[in-house]
Amino acid sequence: MIVGKLKDVDEIKDMLPEDLESLFIIGCGTCVSVSLAGGEREAKSLRDLLELYFRSQGRDVKVNTATIKRQCDDEFIDSEELAISEHDVVLSLACGVGVQHLGIKHPGKMILPGVNTTFYGRNSDVGEWEEMCLGCGDCILDDFAGVCPVARCSKSLINGPCGGSQDGKCEVDDEIDCGWDLIYNRAKEIGQLDRLLSYEGPKDWSTARDGGVRSHKNPEFFSE
Amino acid sequence: MAEYISKLEQLLEEGEFVVCSEMGPPIGADPEFIRKKCDDVKGYVDAVNITDNQTAIIRMSSIAAAKIAMEEGLEMIIQITGRDRNRIGIQSDLLGASALGLSNVLCLTGDHQCFGNDEDAKNVFDLDSVSIIKACQQMTEEGRLINGNELKTEPPRLYYGGAHNPFADPFEMHMMKLEKKIEAGMKFIQTQCIYNLEKFDYWMEEVRKRGLHEKCHIMAGILPTRSVKALRMMKKFVAGMDVPDYTIERMEAAEDKKAEGVKMAVDIINHVKEIEGVRGVHLMPVAWEEITPVVVEKANLYPRPEV
Repeated sequence: MIVGKLKDVDEIKDMLPEDLESLFIIGCGTCVSVSLAGGEREAKSLRDLLELYFRSQGRDVKVNTATIKRQCDDEFIDSEELAISEHDVVLSLACGVGVQHLGIKHPGKMILPGVNTTFYGRNSDVGEWEEMCLGCGDCILDDFAGVCPVARCSKSLINGPCGGSQDGKCEVDDEIDCGWDLIYNRAKEIGQLDRLLSYEGPKDWSTARDGGVRSHKNPEFFSE
Repeated sequence: MAEYISKLEQLLEEGEFVVCSEMGPPIGADPEFIRKKCDDVKGYVDAVNITDNQTAIIRMSSIAAAKIAMEEGLEMIIQITGRDRNRIGIQSDLLGASALGLSNVLCLTGDHQCFGNDEDAKNVFDLDSVSIIKACQQMTEEGRLINGNELKTEPPRLYYGGAHNPFADPFEMHMMKLEKKIEAGMKFIQTQCIYNLEKFDYWMEEVRKRGLHEKCHIMAGILPTRSVKALRMMKKFVAGMDVPDYTIERMEAAEDKKAEGVKMAVDIINHVKEIEGVRGVHLMPVAWEEITPVVVEKANLYPRPEV
């Protein structure tokens, strides 16, 4: 899923216009809700904090919230159209996709981001998420025992570990597992070490962000 | 007589026990800084590595600094890492280095930028050490670029090597990478600094078992140091360094730390010199470059052969 982290309340306060009269905080009920960054719970507690702040400043700002299933999909955002039009500013707690989708659907409306979109990751422990995928557009997991060298090695190395890998840890931080150590151990476990021995030429990045802004169409919906 | 790409290649191919050292370019644009350093080592070493923004700290470029040092009469080894340039930049720089007469290249992945003063920089790592070696091999021996396109004029004349850390664990995983580098055409290796001789001996034994010493020339990394603090720092903070406690205790017990540092380096050189497959040493006295001639003389490696 897309993992996010709620921005510091001070950063959010700083991005709000000084003459703000009404703010609509919209939570997103899927990815960032699961990663405890921008769901209903976060939207409501942020509303309480901001109301307290505005009151302490002697400002009369109306703050409302709603949480919709997915901000990246028309199907779910249409229900909030009226509410959005009735507020000066929208603070979206979705990932960067949701924030921009709201903007496209509501030209002329200021849509601000309340969440930092961090990565595509898994829930690795209670309250803990780990990056797993970079969305490079050309999955090579089959060659690396199912562990991604692009996302899980700090240098995205595809021919083996760097000299800074020691005892299973990355040179960047002892808290980071060496991606190559994970690849090597899993390849050993599943009897695929031989697949790691051949030289991997430089990766094709044209399917990633490096190939320009990406979009794709499902041919089922687009005949020639 | 075979035509050699560089003096370094000639010495290694002709069986000399080679002595290399390392030079860090200035954090600034003063060419005199390099010229002065050249005077310190001239005549005492066969070739000098010039680092490429080591530990991710911005310095004068390796190629520019190497050109200045070459004009002072030194044989240079440029370093190229994958951290700051993509395949376009790296191949372009390799062509340029060769055109300037800089043929020796040490191909490295590069330290992560988190070690330097620009943690917020975007890194590249489009090529890793293996694919930089492969790029050198393809350009030099086949006259073509990584993308398959043929070069339009003379191919570069590059003599390319890489690094290896004999102390990194798990051992087999790191050996796998070493074998890939050799497969890609690596001509020489400079190892991580050696303090743990038992472990180095074991690594060399494994290297010989696999016949790797016959496919590429191995130079043992030596880091002369003069303080207990430096040894402790390396043990604790430098990724992949193996500094045994007995080395630290030996330095603690010494009255004259500088003399002991030289003696320790000479002892390690004398040890590795006798190992089958070790073809030279690479001296890296960090922040103590002026000690290089002393170590070379005391290890009976002076004078250096004329070619």
